[in-house]
Amino acid sequence: MIDVIDYRAGNAPSVLYALEHLGLPARLAATPAEVDAAERIILPGVGAARATIDSLVEQDLVGALGDRVRGDRIPFLGICIGLQVLFDHSEEGDTDGLGWVPGAVRRFPDTGRVPQIGWNRVRFTHPHPLTADAPDGGHFYFVNSYYCVPRDPADVLGVTDYSVEFCSVVARDNVVATQFHAEKSGSLGLSLLRAFATWEPAC
Amino acid sequence: MLTKRLIACFDVVNGRVTKAQQFQDNIDVAPAEALAQQLYADQIDEIVFYDIKASAEKRKIDLDTVRRVAHHVFVPFTVGGGIRDVDDMFEVLKAGAEKISVDSMAVRNPDIIRDGARAFGRQCVVLSTQVKHVGIRDGIPSGYEVFIDGARLATGLDALDWVRRGEDLGAGEIVVNSIDRDGTATGYDLDITRAVADAVNVPVIASGGAGTVEHIGDGLTAGGASAAIISSILYSPRFDRNVGVRELKDGLAELGVAMRPYLDA
Repeated sequence: MIDVIDYRAGNAPSVLYALEHLGLPARLAATPAEVDAAERIILPGVGAARATIDSLVEQDLVGALGDRVRGDRIPFLGICIGLQVLFDHSEEGDTDGLGWVPGAVRRFPDTGRVPQIGWNRVRFTHPHPLTADAPDGGHFYFVNSYYCVPRDPADVLGVTDYSVEFCSVVARDNVVATQFHAEKSGSLGLSLLRAFATWEPAC
Repeated sequence: MLTKRLIACFDVVNGRVTKAQQFQDNIDVAPAEALAQQLYADQIDEIVFYDIKASAEKRKIDLDTVRRVAHHVFVPFTVGGGIRDVDDMFEVLKAGAEKISVDSMAVRNPDIIRDGARAFGRQCVVLSTQVKHVGIRDGIPSGYEVFIDGARLATGLDALDWVRRGEDLGAGEIVVNSIDRDGTATGYDLDITRAVADAVNVPVIASGGAGTVEHIGDGLTAGGASAAIISSILYSPRFDRNVGVRELKDGLAELGVAMRPYLDA
């Protein structure tokens, strides 16, 4: 069973529809009790960093998510803003994040059009169970004005070029996260979601 | 490198996709849900869904159809029509969209662009514009005027002034929809598309008039657009021959336009 975190600034239904399409058991989780009972969590997102953090605080989910993901080390997948809020800090609205992955989130330079919207290539830096079926250099769908800069290079699983080369996939212990929308990246994205459903982190 | 996008446009009436010419005389094409399934299978890059009568009829968007379509679309899905405030946007996102398109309502109340960007991020808010060539005159320095309500009502707004304001308020993408070219298969209006692409730093989407792969290629190169909205060429019954996504992408690749490659199953 996958619990998809449902908060005001999110697009939880899109992720739920994708999991249903794959025949994977999934449900929405919006309360601390539901997060406490989760075995596997996806934190989706389309929103702004500040609005996302505010929503998680308002729904009292920050502590419960930390207990399950950081304490009990259940598999966790963040998507888009669900990746960016994992870091210590975001330039977007000068927002403090969850601090689960050391590093910061910065805005793209204005040399290209911002936001980046569209299909871009992801190159994988090392093998990982989540991306075992993904072709290196495959196209995934991005919508972002900001990108993450992990402090530890070992946390980078995938990179993408847009004005700058940026980290588009993060993997640290039981936490993985994609800057692209796996639920909106056609068959390649669905493959990644399928892999997440059975992923057993080694940590 | 970021690729260019092919976006299928659904003008929806009563749950069915229709096709107009210059915003009039809509004829029936297919149920929205079935057409979405087919186009997803054909590897379209994105789908935009307009409830084209919601705004003029002053009613809420058809969330039931949005939800049914969203169940089959695992590429980006933008929804517009009659969006009045952040609560309306929230309902559409909850139905399975990830981008919201605002058009006539944003002209009436530009604050919804800013409010939407604050609540959901600017990448969530698409400003769609209906523009018509009226010639350069007082108040319309670009020669293109913004219209609303299905191209029926002139606003007196200059197209370039409006898109710049929309970007400042927080729009993450701008659709340039040419009223003159809509459904005519004579090619995008490259002049206004290019002018908008030069005027803003967010991605610009060409719309209205694509009848051949060359038209699409022109919009994405000479027109400076990041994405091309197509509909007639894919499924208009007025066309002698409709063209599939794969053939369009192959043709664009031959023209040197970088697209997401078609994946064999």
